Amino acid sequence: MKKLLTVSLLGLAIAAGTAQARDYDHVRFGVDVPYEPMEYRDADGELTGFDIELGNALCAEIGVTCEWIEQEWDGIIPGLLARNYDAIMSSMTINDERRQTVLFSDPYITIPGAWFAPAGSEIEEINEEALADKSIGVQRGTTFDSYVTDNYGGVANISRYSTADDMVLDLQSQRLDLVFLEFIVGQVTLLENHEGEYQVVGEMVTEPEEYFGEGFGIAFRLRDEALAERFNEALATLKEDGTYDEIFERYFGEE
Amino acid sequence: MEWFNALLADNRIFTPNTIAFYWEGLVTTTQLVFLSLLVGLVLAVPLAIGRSSRHRWISLPIYVYTYVFRGTPLLIQLYIIYYGVVFFDGIQETFLWPMLREAFYPALIAFTLNTAAYTTEIFRGAIKATSRGEIEAARAYGMSPGLTMRRIILPSAFRRALPAYGNEVIFMLHASAIASVVTLMDLTGAARFVYARFYAPFEAFLFAAAIYLCLTFAILFFFRWLEKRLLAHLRPQSG
Amino acid sequence: MLDLHGYGPRLLEGAGVTIQLALLSLILSIILGLLTASAKMSRSWLLHKVATLYTTVIRGVPDLVLMMLLFFGGQMALNVLTDMIYDRFGVDWYVNLNAFAAGVITIGFIFGAYMGETFRGAFMAVDHGQIEAGKAYGMSPWLVFRRIRFPLMMRHALPGLSNNWMVLLKTTALVSVIGLTDMVRVAAEASRATHEPFTFLLPVAAVYLLIASLSEWLFVRLQKRYNVGFGEH
Repeated sequence: MKKLLTVSLLGLAIAAGTAQARDYDHVRFGVDVPYEPMEYRDADGELTGFDIELGNALCAEIGVTCEWIEQEWDGIIPGLLARNYDAIMSSMTINDERRQTVLFSDPYITIPGAWFAPAGSEIEEINEEALADKSIGVQRGTTFDSYVTDNYGGVANISRYSTADDMVLDLQSQRLDLVFLEFIVGQVTLLENHEGEYQVVGEMVTEPEEYFGEGFGIAFRLRDEALAERFNEALATLKEDGTYDEIFERYFGEE
Repeated sequence: MEWFNALLADNRIFTPNTIAFYWEGLVTTTQLVFLSLLVGLVLAVPLAIGRSSRHRWISLPIYVYTYVFRGTPLLIQLYIIYYGVVFFDGIQETFLWPMLREAFYPALIAFTLNTAAYTTEIFRGAIKATSRGEIEAARAYGMSPGLTMRRIILPSAFRRALPAYGNEVIFMLHASAIASVVTLMDLTGAARFVYARFYAPFEAFLFAAAIYLCLTFAILFFFRWLEKRLLAHLRPQSG
Repeated sequence: MLDLHGYGPRLLEGAGVTIQLALLSLILSIILGLLTASAKMSRSWLLHKVATLYTTVIRGVPDLVLMMLLFFGGQMALNVLTDMIYDRFGVDWYVNLNAFAAGVITIGFIFGAYMGETFRGAFMAVDHGQIEAGKAYGMSPWLVFRRIRFPLMMRHALPGLSNNWMVLLKTTALVSVIGLTDMVRVAAEASRATHEPFTFLLPVAAVYLLIASLSEWLFVRLQKRYNVGFGEH
């Protein structure tokens, strides 16, 4: 009993610390897993994905070590502000709402959103009429959530999930008629992992910029301008020397 | 009204849109709590009578039911029902599916079973506390056991159960906050949405907390008023 | 044997988290409850008001909402504070609320309000003559508290305490929603991954029942102990 309490008290010890305004030599990234192929665990349980590999390459270029810390999406920005990690590299779309709280790097990729439905779904195109009274799944607090809420909130039922996993489960069990998420993620999670069971509905969505912004960026705390600048320079270098293309092709093929 | 408009114009969180979210959340919470309490109450009366029965084959299964539902977290009960129904083969083809596919009904079922278990025990306690004298008087009067239950035991048991039941109603209101875990946009769900979109925990959750507080007080005062009316005869006479 | 798809060890760890969380929050809530009860019985107008506000507000708002408010909001408040220090002094000092600490603090804080009511009722029920006797004996106030008021109070408080503990135990399940890996979270995650909700959720429910039954037995024994000298009640 006494031992148990001692152990728990250690766990309770609230992590606190101080550091001088610092030059980072170790960068911790917050990431929401799984979001295949952007970030996920492979068969051996190793963390991998486009974000992870690009992030590691950027760290190597800058000359810092990096570490990945898993965090659910709806707590990912608060976690950054709380210094649980120093940056977020987790398919985060750059937009003005988020700019009020975090500092973004230059965009490193642009991926459209897309609608996915079970194969044979009666929904053929996306408009208010077709979505009337349909159940749409989105991940809570994502740009997809905001977009669907603002555009179809009046006609459709929107279910919000903490993780993409929950959402896919409810689509499989037919609780949802549609989900709206990054095309590439839906492609791997739904089209490839469940071949023949799902289909894309309607067009890819990249506009308006208010929601889909300029693409994905790495998010930093507002004051870490120097760090963001180092990542921007490294990103430019990797794009020039071909490292970026190599990683890109590994995940998305030639496009 | 002007200051109110100014306040609204000044913030980016409480737009008419988000207020509408909270309003819908309030409606969902109220529906969920009211319906589960109502059905739970209807179930609890026969269950409580059965639980007080001298026949063990009646009282024991009811005891097991109340013990299990009172001894485990409502969250687990909700998960079991929400995820559980999906994995019955072919459930998607039955007439039940249009209801069960919505998060509302699995949540309603879980909440109803839960509150029925607590209410059963509350009533059982109240039935047990009926004074022997009242029952004997009824019997001397030639009342059948059924009539005694209906005319003598239940009415006085309901009154005795009132304060405890009032607490149960408040507990249920508070417990309903977990509905947001299975995607229901109740009051807490609305708060979580606003929090996730604007990263404004204080505004999002304090606003919801204030509404819950008001609801709690409303329930509290309603039951006080009810007790005053129904239990008037139990108070000491004055002057 | 149950096939837990390799989730067994994590479930066990989760059970450990649940139990530690429950016990630590219980201790915190008892301390807060005693403080609240004393504040409510004190002659200070301010203390009385503060304690009343605390017990009223806490008992009027759902646990989950309070938990999110304290966990997400508490961290944000700390961030604002530490950001200010950074801007002023250039020192990057940070405080990090982990989910476990937040869970203990929140649950302890919530149940402190319920414990406060329980203890207040129990203290009021203590026969005043006994306290007078202690004073007449020349005992210091602290000694009177430790030897007379506390043990006598506990006799009256135990049923309420036992009830609060049972509710607290079940409330710990909510921490899974704010991201702490207790046994409920592991079970929910495993059910989604394997599509076998019953395999994981039913055993976890059984663990709760087991703990509840054990506590019930323990409280009956405690009750007997504190009732020594009062005959059979």
